[in-house]
Order: sequence, then structure tokens, then C-alpha cells
Amino acid sequence: MPEQSKPILSVKNMSVQFPTLSGVVTAVNNVSFDVGREKVGIIGESGSGKSTTGRAIMRLQPATAHVIADEMRFEDVDLLTASESEMRAIRGRRISMILQDPKYSLNPVMTVGEQIAETVILHERLGRRAARERTLAMLERVNIRDPQRVFNLYPHEVSGGMGQRIMISMMLISSPSLIIADEPTSALDVTVRQQVLSILDDLIRERNIGLIFISHDLNLVKSFCDRVIIMYAGRIVETIEASKLDQATHPYTCGLLEALPSLDRPRDRLETLKRQASWAEA
Amino acid sequence: MSIISVNDLVVSFGSGSDFKQVVKNVAFDVEPGETFGLVGESGCGKSTVLGALAGRIKGWSGSISIDGEAVGPKRSRSQLAKQQMVFQDPFGSLHPRHTIGRTLLEPLEIHGFDQRQERVERVLRDVGLPPGFRHRFPHQLSGGQRQRVAIARALILNPGILLLDEPTSALDVSIQAEILNLLKDLRERDKLTYVLVSHDMAVIAHLCNRVAVMLDGQFVEVASREQLLRGSVQHPYTRTLLDGSRGYVPPPKLAS
Repeated sequence: MPEQSKPILSVKNMSVQFPTLSGVVTAVNNVSFDVGREKVGIIGESGSGKSTTGRAIMRLQPATAHVIADEMRFEDVDLLTASESEMRAIRGRRISMILQDPKYSLNPVMTVGEQIAETVILHERLGRRAARERTLAMLERVNIRDPQRVFNLYPHEVSGGMGQRIMISMMLISSPSLIIADEPTSALDVTVRQQVLSILDDLIRERNIGLIFISHDLNLVKSFCDRVIIMYAGRIVETIEASKLDQATHPYTCGLLEALPSLDRPRDRLETLKRQASWAEA
Repeated sequence: MSIISVNDLVVSFGSGSDFKQVVKNVAFDVEPGETFGLVGESGCGKSTVLGALAGRIKGWSGSISIDGEAVGPKRSRSQLAKQQMVFQDPFGSLHPRHTIGRTLLEPLEIHGFDQRQERVERVLRDVGLPPGFRHRFPHQLSGGQRQRVAIARALILNPGILLLDEPTSALDVSIQAEILNLLKDLRERDKLTYVLVSHDMAVIAHLCNRVAVMLDGQFVEVASREQLLRGSVQHPYTRTLLDGSRGYVPPPKLAS
């Protein structure tokens, strides 16, 4: 299947730099990776550059930041040279992003139905009635029992889990080929998290699209994704199949795994990470 | 004899149509040196139980006795000093415009302790921070260092009991390991008793001897550490929480 194996997104030697008063801060440093029709996890601790990477793909970095790369290609689009209006046609339609907390990422003064419908009205020039129908079908698809009622609710009237399902329906209504999910379930309780992830999983499979799943939760990424990219200090230190995460070779990845309390491998003391300067170098 | 004994604890908030019972007839005992866990999802009442133990929440009924002494909703200063809290968010729980030294001195002043400077230095050393940190402000510290300060502030009154409300859930994995190790060391050295609130079963199993699983203000099960590790828990909800901490479990597909 040549069509299957061709990557949706290809990033080569991308760096993201922020000029500050005390010099240039390199948040992401020379990262290269491909994303195909698969679930790719990006793992890292706070400040490792995982979210900055996700935003740079969408070209949503702050205006002061510089993104440098040899190549950033999404399907037939060169993300490095695409104009702002071309990017607007891509964002939300062909690449969409799910953020951590639906409380902050939904518009508080619009009903959730209008917000979801807005995507297809803008991108696919659908009429209001057709957009409403697509929205109701999409809400049903993410297991919302009473779509008619939920359509007219405001974001503050829905629970966290439902908010995140609304986000997912908004992101998937226009059939994107790549989804970037930045900590999509960190604000959710365990039982709700399972539900949201299984909906996301089903949709990714069903539509045969790519997912970048940014998270700090090793167990979650190991069990949910196909492949894992581990980032440290703005660099990719290791890329490994998710099922083989336990056999990781890089000392940072091993250190993280050792530091994690585990139900399956209880230890009296947890190993603490002894950071080495060399990890932050190439 | 139990160091903490709770019977028929009921906590409710609001009145009239807003009335809500948040904790419903909860009872448990904690032995000296034991770590007792409270686990559950948001809104289940686990932090409220901790608040009632700490004396922060006044509107409760039932009986609580600490160190063999029955306490009411209103407590004396010496009763309050017996248990101290560590909160989840080390960014929100330290006064941003007080130096670490001032933050640590405050409980000593309130409770009239002597040898204050020595105590501040000693407690900083106990939590693994250099004495020079007393001159710093919270924004000059990392998240893990701040949580160490929060633990130091709780320890400075020499309490027998620490009440820990999600002490590591705002921290990165590697920093969490350091704090969990520190809590274990302190518990061993000072023979402390902990009550730990968490949503993470792996953290609970790492630190606790027993855990109460809370759902909608009630205990559905009290399980031992061994039960958690063996997976021989009784209640399906406990199992759901255990599975959840292992990551994503795909739902069983219906045969079609």
C-alpha cells in the first residue's frame, strides 16, 4: 500500500527560537519526524518543547518566535512557505487541534452547536440547515445521547468530559487528515478519559488519519499510541514503538520509566533522574 | 490506639435548595505510622474529608478524634498544630511576596515556638534544600523545590500527622519521584502518619498501607496495599480506577 505508507506530515530539522532580553531561547532544537496514518505520541516533561512542536506545525507560534526548518511538508502543502490565507484554509479543515481544557478552548458566548457548525460553514460553505444536520450527526458520533439538547447548550453548561467530546466533534467534522491533540485528557477523570480516548481511537481508525498525541503520561501513551517520540530539552532523544517502550535504550527514557510508581512493578524507592548535559546535545 | 479515629462523619454545604451533602457517614481509623489513602474522582469528597481532619472545614457532624482526643469543629491552637496540610499546587499555596524564610517563620510565630531561626534552618535541611533558600521568593524556585518548601512549612510545627492533598499531581514524573522518596524518608525518620489524597492508584499503592475508595461522598471499599498490587479488589469501581492508572484500556468490542 504505497498510499498508506506515504507520510501525511514530514518535518526535517525544525527549530523554534524565541528571542528574549537575555538572548535567544531555543525551545525546539533540530527535530525531524514523520507522521503517517498512525497514532504518534510525543512525550516529555514540562518545558521539553512538545507543545511548541505541535503549535509550530499549525503555525500557531507567537509572532516573536522563529521557526526554522529544512522541510515541513503536510500532504501537498509546504508549511514553511504557505501564506497566512493558505494556512487559514488548512487549520481546522485539514489539520485540527484538540487542546487540554475545553473550558478555555470553547467560546463561552456561543452555543456549542453553533461553534461546531461554524467549521463547516466556513470551510465547506455549507448552508445553516445542512451544517446543523452535520453537527447533530457528529455529536451523535461522539456518543452524546441527546444532540438536539446539547446543540443549544453553552460551554459552561456541559461537563468536562462532554466538553472534550464536543471539541473532538468540532475537530473531526470537516474530515481533517491530521489531528494534533495536546494533553487532550489531562483535565479529565479516569472513567471519562477512557470514554473520550475510545471515541478518538475509533474515529482515527475509521477515517484512517494521523494523530499526534502530546502527553506527559507514559502509561497512557504506551497503551494508546502506535509510536512514541520522547523529547528532552527541545530535542528528540528517542523514537520507539509504543509497545516496546519498556525496552527503551536512551538513559532519559529509562530514567522516566524508573521514576514512575507502578502497580505492576512495585518498588520501595523510586529512582530519581540524574540528568546529563549530553542529553540536551545532539 | 489509633492516632486518627473518624466516625459517622457527615459534611454538608449550603442550605435550602442549595443544600448538598458532600461526605456521607464516613468512618475510618488510622494507626500511628500508617499511611491512609483516599482515592476517587473529582467531586467525590476526598479533599473535604481531609479538610475536616485539618480543621479547615467547620460544617461537619459526627466524631473525629486525633491523638486520643476528641476534637470539635472549633479547635485550640495546639490541636491545630497536631496535623498540617500540604496542598496540590505549589504555585498557589506559597505567598508570592513572602520570602521562604518568612513563610516558614509564620507558623512558628502564630504557635509561639522558640529557636525560630534554628528551626527554619533545620527544616530546610530536612527537606533537602540549602539554608540559603530562606532568602528566596517562590518565583525563584522550581515546582519541585516549592513543594519541598510546602512540606517544610507543614513539618516545622513538629506535627504527628501530615495531610497530603494531591502533593505530586502538579509535578513532572521525575520530580514526583523525588517528592515521593522524600515523603517516605520523613515518614520513617519522624514516625509520621500520613493521610494522602490522590487520584493516581500507582501513587497510592506506592505510599499507602490502606486506601479508601470514595464515590459520591461514601467509601465503597477500603483495600490494603497488597490487594491493590494483587488486583484482588472487591468493588468494580476500584477496578476501574486501577485500570485507569495503567493507561488506556480499549473497551471490549461487541461481536458483530
